[in-house]
Amino acid sequence: MKITFAPDEILQTIEMVVNEHLDIRTITMGISLLDCVDSIQRMEQKIYDKISRKAERLVAVGSTLESRYGIPIINKRVAVTPVGMIASHLKPAETVRIAKVLDRAAANIGINFIGGFSALVQKGCTTGDLNLIDHIAEALAETEYVCSSVNIGSTKAGINMDAVLKMGQVILEAAQRTADRDGIAAAKLVVFCNAPEDNPFMAGAFHGVGEPECVINVGVSGPGVVASVVKKHPQADFGELANLIKRTVFKITRMGELIGRAASAELAVPFGIVDLSLAPTPAIGDSVADILESMGLERCGTHGTTAALALLNDAVKKGGAMASSHVGGLSGAFIPVSEDAGMVRAVEDGALTLDKLEAMTCVCSVGLDMIALPGDVSAETLAAIIADEAAIGMINKKTTAVRLIPAIGKKAGDRVEFGGLLGGAPVMRLHPFSSAAFVRRGGRIPAPITGLTN
Amino acid sequence: MEAQKNRMIITVLGNDQIGIIAWIANRLAEFNVNILDISQTILQEFFTMIMIVDLSPSKTAAANLGKILAEEGKQRGLQVNIQHEDVFAYMHRI
Repeated sequence: MKITFAPDEILQTIEMVVNEHLDIRTITMGISLLDCVDSIQRMEQKIYDKISRKAERLVAVGSTLESRYGIPIINKRVAVTPVGMIASHLKPAETVRIAKVLDRAAANIGINFIGGFSALVQKGCTTGDLNLIDHIAEALAETEYVCSSVNIGSTKAGINMDAVLKMGQVILEAAQRTADRDGIAAAKLVVFCNAPEDNPFMAGAFHGVGEPECVINVGVSGPGVVASVVKKHPQADFGELANLIKRTVFKITRMGELIGRAASAELAVPFGIVDLSLAPTPAIGDSVADILESMGLERCGTHGTTAALALLNDAVKKGGAMASSHVGGLSGAFIPVSEDAGMVRAVEDGALTLDKLEAMTCVCSVGLDMIALPGDVSAETLAAIIADEAAIGMINKKTTAVRLIPAIGKKAGDRVEFGGLLGGAPVMRLHPFSSAAFVRRGGRIPAPITGLTN
Repeated sequence: MEAQKNRMIITVLGNDQIGIIAWIANRLAEFNVNILDISQTILQEFFTMIMIVDLSPSKTAAANLGKILAEEGKQRGLQVNIQHEDVFAYMHRI
């Protein structure tokens, strides 16, 4: 048996893991709860049992793969059927009991997060959806692992502005209920336009209606690896730069494919997709802003940032698409603020504003993410921000999302701390002018002409 | 991916010193791990040893072996990694 790999190939892989933060961000198991509909007590039992049974070995298998392949697997997660779909028969307050049983099941199997306290209301709300939305803030404030998402728009359906306004209120309430913890509940809530059904990343993961009974999806991460290759080639022109990024992302994505297939085989659950997102963490050197700055921008957010991000995002997709048999989820570069030390620095230096972030979301995945806002923000302003972001998604046929955290009792320039992968961030400045009369009109923004593709 | 094959790649990086190969070969023999090939170079001014081993005769799990070698290596100023060969096949071969 000869060694068939060149020493520099082996060392490159080790360098990626040891010094450049290459990791598998998450193995997420999607589990359908459609067969758990029953009276509340029996439903709680069925949900708990099904999650515990299906995902019993998820954490153990994650650890085994981590040591077999020498690649850190940061999170093990579960995504379930949107609870709004299975809650129509429940009394309104009983939806919170569903969140709590999800939380207990998550604690029982030792996972990091459970997603799917969700509703898909782009065209309108069912009774179950309404009950769920009314209790999201309470559910998130009283659970530890549960994540929630609501899809309020799509290219095919338009934007449900009634739901948008409601979500502005829900975000505010979620932050108020957890004001003593810097509004952490709002950090576990995403408002989507064109939400993907197989996204393994939190807080927006849920097990979509077109998904099988149970499935494994994998999210990779490696901004540090990409930043490192960009830094090593300061003279490369754009064609060459895009190629370097493509090659690097190919390698990163192959790790996701390997881990996904191995997890699928070990757990005897079908392999769904690899999500090729570049997901930063607060660790120094694991930053998407760092990649953009390495391309030659003095600070992320300055003129040229949108172009740099467009190049990066496209090269990520091109490199990743060939590396995996099935690509899905969000698949693009993430630009959260609090989770990315480079973004935080850019905001602190006054280089990166909310308006620039919004422009950046036109060319990347996913949206205005992990942004702390002044605590006196109104529900209407939050709704208007959601509407702007959803409009970008709707018109451009892409996923956009909003995860905003009103920092109760704080004003622009103050800091919030969430800890762990969520990081901390400065509170960002908002426009002082009201959007209230606009968002209160009610009804739906019609689906755009670009949605008529048949 | 062939999980049943248990070939791992061990890499040892650090400052050159007497007895690196002796130490690691002895430890692997104790754990009943078969060495299939060794290559050793000085790369980027570092002692670099790459070893391909077969773990199937051994009762020790890769995680356990990796932990022991990494700890003992650290005491010698060496960085030891152990990874399944599929990692390199996936990353560097189409």
